[in-house]
Amino acid sequence: MTVSRESFYGPLDDVSGDAGYTEHPERVGFFTDTSVCIGCKACEVACKEWNLLPDDGFDLLGMSFDNTGELSANSWRHVAFIEQPAPPRESAPAREADAVDLGLPSFDLPGAGTGEETRTDFRWLMSSDVCKHCTHAGCLDVCPTGALFRTEFGTVVVQDDICNGCGYCVSGCPYGVIDRREDDGRAWKCTMCYDRLGDGLEPACAKACPTDSIQFGPLDELRERARERVATLHDRGITEARLYGEDPNDGVGGDGAFFLLLDEPEVYGLPPDPVVPTRDAGSMWARAGVAAAAFAATAVSVFFGRSRR
Amino acid sequence: MSRSLGRMSADAAQQRTAPAAASDAASDGDFRSYYGRRVLKEPVWEWLVPAYLFTGGLSAACAELAAGADLTRRPRLRKATRLGALGGLGASTYLLIADLGRPERFHHMLRVAKPSSPMSVGTWLLVAYGPGVGAAAVAEVLPSRLRRTWLGKLLGALARPAGLASAALAPGVASYTAVLLSHTAVPAWNEARDRLPFVFAGSAAAAGGGFGMVCAPVDEAEPARRLAAVGAVTELVTSRQLDERLGIVSEAYRTGKAHRLRQWSEYLTAGGALASLLAGRSRTAGVVSGLALLAGSALQRFGIFEAGVESTRDPKYVVVPQRRRVDRGEQA
Repeated sequence: MTVSRESFYGPLDDVSGDAGYTEHPERVGFFTDTSVCIGCKACEVACKEWNLLPDDGFDLLGMSFDNTGELSANSWRHVAFIEQPAPPRESAPAREADAVDLGLPSFDLPGAGTGEETRTDFRWLMSSDVCKHCTHAGCLDVCPTGALFRTEFGTVVVQDDICNGCGYCVSGCPYGVIDRREDDGRAWKCTMCYDRLGDGLEPACAKACPTDSIQFGPLDELRERARERVATLHDRGITEARLYGEDPNDGVGGDGAFFLLLDEPEVYGLPPDPVVPTRDAGSMWARAGVAAAAFAATAVSVFFGRSRR
Repeated sequence: MSRSLGRMSADAAQQRTAPAAASDAASDGDFRSYYGRRVLKEPVWEWLVPAYLFTGGLSAACAELAAGADLTRRPRLRKATRLGALGGLGASTYLLIADLGRPERFHHMLRVAKPSSPMSVGTWLLVAYGPGVGAAAVAEVLPSRLRRTWLGKLLGALARPAGLASAALAPGVASYTAVLLSHTAVPAWNEARDRLPFVFAGSAAAAGGGFGMVCAPVDEAEPARRLAAVGAVTELVTSRQLDERLGIVSEAYRTGKAHRLRQWSEYLTAGGALASLLAGRSRTAGVVSGLALLAGSALQRFGIFEAGVESTRDPKYVVVPQRRRVDRGEQA
């Protein structure tokens, strides 16, 4: 194992190799294509069932259909629902400008039309969020017990028999994913179903997703598929489609779980440009070293000179 | 769902935080968020951690004064600060363990040494720092009956090297906690990474100097007064920079509970430093100004801690700077 500058920041080709694995399977990940998410929350349920996650209370949040709120120690998938005005489309059918829809019942059966004529100026965005399994994981870097580790699949997992609940990972994560469980005192997050991967199974959320919005596979393959999907959507006039977390040159060296979004990341509750704090580890220690030297010099110098005794 | 209802909900869900957009529209520009919710998790640490920042700094500065007092033959300052160093370390150890989600697993910190984790670095720093502090303090309070035993004699002989060893590590103990906070995604702590070590080192020196002024007689306390003065000035100057030079994140330091705590810290630190200059040979004035410096240092730590917590509660501290960076096409 070598610790290079790339071990802390920047693109890293072989993330498991950098963590010390000599032989290992290829890096796997999630590609969550939110353009086909229907908000069924099967991923949330499947995750809870497979990983035996405790209930996190019955809260009605008043945020569209989202009553989960955010990723937490007990929710490792979270489906966000956003209601917003739809962006104007060139291909959209021309509407009668002055028509006012009074919301009166019509003669058509609900759902009878499925084509472009059914489009309104309103749209719903749905997106299933998850731990990003970063190339440079803030949580993993700061964990002082070694409870968090890099698996042979390139994912990031907490060992619950090691974690002593120091909480450093919670503040180390630039995505706000990992959290400490209240009654348990330890930190928990998505493992990308580490127990299933070992048996050649795909993670429970991807297995349960009925529209293949959540795709699991080798990361390189997913990245290629995602770029093709964006190109297809752009061809169809969905110019706002963009990838999030796919770029190995971003602040965390690229995510193991990345997304196709239809609006800015912050609209989904994601940070627009996250950076792993470890990037600045060297300069921070250097500054602390200067401060320590000044502290020591002061402590010595106060004993010199004439004393007002 | 009818079209008009759809439009209504669409208006309601503009994905903006109403209070933030209203109060800061001019300074920060508009920003978008998911129902105004936080992006990051709040630190799970409670009051125990800022309390540790204070006790750790106090212990480190006391260890420095103790070693100096030992070498310059100031026995009463030496005794007070050796005990202060151990007291601060004992309190720190308790606070650090009590803050864990699983305190009974505290020793898991010792199963790895991890340079990428400031908490791991700090753990090992304290492990190396502790024994010297302990030996020097115990030698100070050993009953004379035990001093004559071989163990007592050994301890007496070891006290000076032990104190010097801990004094050599004390600057690290006083300043590493700044990296501990800055090495996180918490905006107010991370953005302060270039300045926090100086605030913390200054705050530690002010606290240790203040402790020496409270506990040692006036004729031995001159070095403590000087350390306190230098520390207080450093803390006051660098702390102001947090209010002004961190862009939007400075707002977390300038407003709310963090501001109130740090305002009081400034009054007490400035007042304590001034009083120590004017006090002359008055023991009472020395004690009062020492206590003011100790309180000022503690409030500084709690204020900085609070600013960090607040900067995770409001999504603007995460979204606005990052969005600005993306829009300008800047590399992170």
